[in-house]
Parts: sequence; structure tokens; C-alpha cells
Amino acid sequence: MALDKQTVAKVAHLARIKVPESRLESLAGELDGIVTWVEQLGEVDVEGVAPMTSAVETSLRWREDAVTDGGYPEKVTANAPDAQMHFFTTPKVVE
Amino acid sequence: MTNLLDLTLAEARDALAALEISAVELADAYIEAVEAARPLNCYITETPEHAREAARAADRRLKAGEGRALEGIPLGIKDLFCTEDVLTTAGSHILDGFKPPYESTVTRNLWDAGALMLGKLNMDEFAMGSANLTSHYGPVKNPWKRTGDAKDLVPGGSSGGSAAAVAARACLAATGTDTGGSIRQPAAFSGIVGLKPSYGRCSRWGIVAFASSLDQAGPMTRTVRDAAIMLGAMAGFDPKDSTSVDRPVPTYEAALEHGVKGLKVGVPKEYRVDGMPAAIERLWEQGIAWMKDAGAEIVEVSLPHTKYALPAYYIVAPAEASSNLARYDGVRYGLRVEGDSLNEMYEATRGEGFGEEVKRRVLIGTYVLSAGYYDAYYLKAQKVRTRIAEDFRAAYEQCDVLLTPATPSAAFGIDEEPTDPVQMYLNDVFTVPANLAGLPGISVPAGLDEQGLPLGLQILGRAFDEETVLRAGYALEQAAAFTAKPQLQFG
Repeated sequence: MALDKQTVAKVAHLARIKVPESRLESLAGELDGIVTWVEQLGEVDVEGVAPMTSAVETSLRWREDAVTDGGYPEKVTANAPDAQMHFFTTPKVVE
Repeated sequence: MTNLLDLTLAEARDALAALEISAVELADAYIEAVEAARPLNCYITETPEHAREAARAADRRLKAGEGRALEGIPLGIKDLFCTEDVLTTAGSHILDGFKPPYESTVTRNLWDAGALMLGKLNMDEFAMGSANLTSHYGPVKNPWKRTGDAKDLVPGGSSGGSAAAVAARACLAATGTDTGGSIRQPAAFSGIVGLKPSYGRCSRWGIVAFASSLDQAGPMTRTVRDAAIMLGAMAGFDPKDSTSVDRPVPTYEAALEHGVKGLKVGVPKEYRVDGMPAAIERLWEQGIAWMKDAGAEIVEVSLPHTKYALPAYYIVAPAEASSNLARYDGVRYGLRVEGDSLNEMYEATRGEGFGEEVKRRVLIGTYVLSAGYYDAYYLKAQKVRTRIAEDFRAAYEQCDVLLTPATPSAAFGIDEEPTDPVQMYLNDVFTVPANLAGLPGISVPAGLDEQGLPLGLQILGRAFDEETVLRAGYALEQAAAFTAKPQLQFG
């Protein structure tokens, strides 16, 4: 199995998702099933094919490098679970 | 006086403009239907006050002869569209209590056209699902049932609340979004019309992002004409979405009258998949005959990479999702589960806030983008995506539109959920290729299977040729004369 328990634990940490130890084994089975299924793409010859990075052929527009929005911190922080004085808060990150 | 809920969007628009009915009475009839439809679990949030207030304003405009394209039309809005000061959940626990301080461009366009909001519709969590079974707010029931069987069926997904509400008449029309089939598949399962426009046609600004290179908003309606009218109001250039395309919005409704005489309709042989139910096979043949009778020319075409579309999608979409969903961190909005360190808080919040399917996809996405695997999976999938787009380009040198089944099965039971995630993914086998290539498609209800459940046919078109897609869809609708009604319908 390409995707074992240890790999899932590592990927879950990278994705910052807590997965209980008891769920790692079954999750590894599910994810491995998906990855094994997508591996059929190996059959497709993509020699010299450019990757498709956008669904629409367009070049990005330019705009003036200017402030066009803002000035309402109360709205920006209105949905925060623990906003204080127009600031977002997190657990302590500096000792 | 006819029942107000019987009117299509086009009929209601005309009756409102002629002052034969008022926006307030239409809104009241729908608000009552929304309440009656509660057992289906279509709505996450009902907004009757919003609807009534907007209806009063609409009546004032209509009386002054100043009605706009959707003046007084009551809509349901998929809960993926941010609506100012109205709870927006994306069907997820992690967005608990989130009231956006802004309005999505598409809903803004709809309100600017005079439409009213009945509420926010249930959906698969972050639009990840094909049966509306992944919503934090519970499954939606399809208003259709198998003949002589009381079992509750899924409405499809991810726009399952939208599809069920339109079918049950708990709104006149609804918005949906389609990343891999999430408009067209539930439309087919629920016997309604669902249109996914070309990528770039409708602004994605203010729509909770799932897979940004695939997501596209579109209308879910009772008729093809209604879809044409509603798309006209939703579409348009938006400088706030860098992938929004700056081209004029045609009068889509006018295109319907042009018929399909001389139109070249391609039938892709790769869409004949193993194990497809006979009823779907028959309906497809019937659809081909209908188009021929209407004067179209049938051309057999080949889309050789079709079978690789789903696996490519299940790399590209989760990869983009893992990046987009990184923003749910317990800091700026929604749910927060405390932890001793920043990382523990992130992990606890996301572990509790995301459901199982969302976690699976974020993990797959993180895996395929991680060091050592990027080229083998993500880059490879992007190259296969190019191959799929090339297939369509070659096909459209031989034909103007493609005709395919919309789904490989009819709606299934809420308790018949496949235990293997990949089995669930196969629901989108006919819809995913158009997302990868950025092309428009419509699902039109065209018949019933032997158990009395609706089945849809799909028309795919060239990029930004929604007019021809609608023309062909209209021809199918005329020929199919689909008048069957779900067992649960209000009004």
C-alpha cells in the first residue's frame, strides 16, 4: 500500500487536520483506494504536452497598484471567534 | 386564478409585468411553500423577511413600469454564495455563524435585476459530494420517489438543496455551482433543468471556493427558457474575479427561437459506459432521434480521453481544494476549537470543523502536492487535462454541440450510499470532462426510468456558446415534453 498509516499521519499534520490514532488505519485504506484509482493516468501518453493551468485562454489584466478597498476593521474582524480591539487573536506563538 | 406556484419563471415575469399578479402575493405563496417543504431539508436558512421586503420594492417598480429582468422573482440561493449579513455555511460546521460582510457578485447581479431571496439552500459540504449526504446540516430528500416505494432518495449533489427546492416548488428557480457536475447531476436526479456556463462567464467573486479552476455558477430552473433568462442576469464581467471574461452577455432567451435545423450534434462513443442502465441507453437513443426529427444532423465523434477525466479531476480538484481550504484556521471566522499552541488550535479546529469527505479530499490534495509527488500526480493530471480539452476541440471541428446522458444512473436511496468513495465519484463521469475543459453544458429532464424516476440528457457546447447549448436544450425539451411531477410538490 502506497499510502500507509505513517504517511497519512504526516499528510494530516501538513494539512493541519487532527486525525485520531484510531482512524488512521481506515483512512489510509480509503485514501490508498483513491490514489490507486487515479494512478490509471499513467496509461496516458503526455509526452510533449503542456500542463493546462487555466480553463480559459486569457492573460491576466493589469491594474493600477493602488489601494481600492479597506478602512473598516470592524467589518473585517466581525466574524472572528475571538477578535479584540480590531485584532485577530491566536494562542501564544512567542515564548 | 391559476395557482401561482404553477407559473414558470418566464410566465411569472410576464404576469408580474402585466400587473396580473403582485410580487408580494407571489413571494407569500413561495414563503408558504418553503415552510411546507421543511421535511425535505432543502433550506439551511430561510429569509422570508428579505423576500417580503424586496417584493414590496418590486411591486413599486412594476407599478411604475420600471420592472427589471427578474423583478419580483423569488429565488433560492445555494449556501455557497456569500450573502451580506445572512448566514453562509457552505454546508460546513467550520463556517458556524459566518455572516459575510459583503455580497457575492452573482447574487448582487440577481438582486440588481429585481430578484428576491427566499433563503439559503442546503448542499454538500464545500460542494464536495454527489448526493447531498456530506452536509453538516443533514441530507436533503429528493421530492421524487420510486413508484410504489416510500424510500427517501437523494437529490444528487452538490447543489442538492437547490435541485430539490426547484422540483418541489419551494422556490421558482435557484442558483447552483458546478465544479464537476454539481448543477447538472442533481438537476437530472430531480427532474429539472441545470445549466453550467463556460468557465469565466459568471463571476466567482464571493462564492466560497472549492476548486478555483473548475468552479462555475449557474441557474437551476424548471424550463430551458427560465435558465436562459436567469443566466442573462447572473453572467457578466467582474473586475473582482481575475478569471471573469470581459465579453458581452447575449440575450440568451432570443437564441431559443432559432431551432436546431442544420445544427451538427455530436454523439461521443466513449460515453457508452459499461453497466449503464438500459433506460439511460434508450433515452440517449431517443434523444438522438428527437434531434434528428428537429432537423439536426447527427455525427459520431470520439473523445478518446474521456475515461481519464474523473481520475484527473480527483487530483486537480482536491489539490486546489487543499489550498483554498487552508483559510479555515479558526482565527478569522467560523469555528474555533482551542488548543495549547497555534498548531494544536489549527489541527483541532480543522479536525472537528471538516466532515469526512472534505478531510479525505484535503488530505489527497495535500498528498499530491507534497514534495516528491507533485510531478507524478499533479503535473501529470494537468497534462491529461490538456489532452481532454484537445479532444473537445477536435470534436467541435466536426459538430456544434454534443449530446450525452447527464448521469450514469437515476437517483438512489439515502441509505444506499456506496461505502467506497470512488463509487460515489463515478456519478460525475459524464459531467466532469466539461469542467476540466471549461465548457458550457445543460442537463434537461427527458424521461422516466422503469421505476418512475427522472433521467436527464446533457448538451455540451463550445466555450462561450451558451446560446447554441440553450437552443439545443430547448429542442430536447420540446421533443421530450416532460410533464411528470414528483410525488412531493407544493402548490
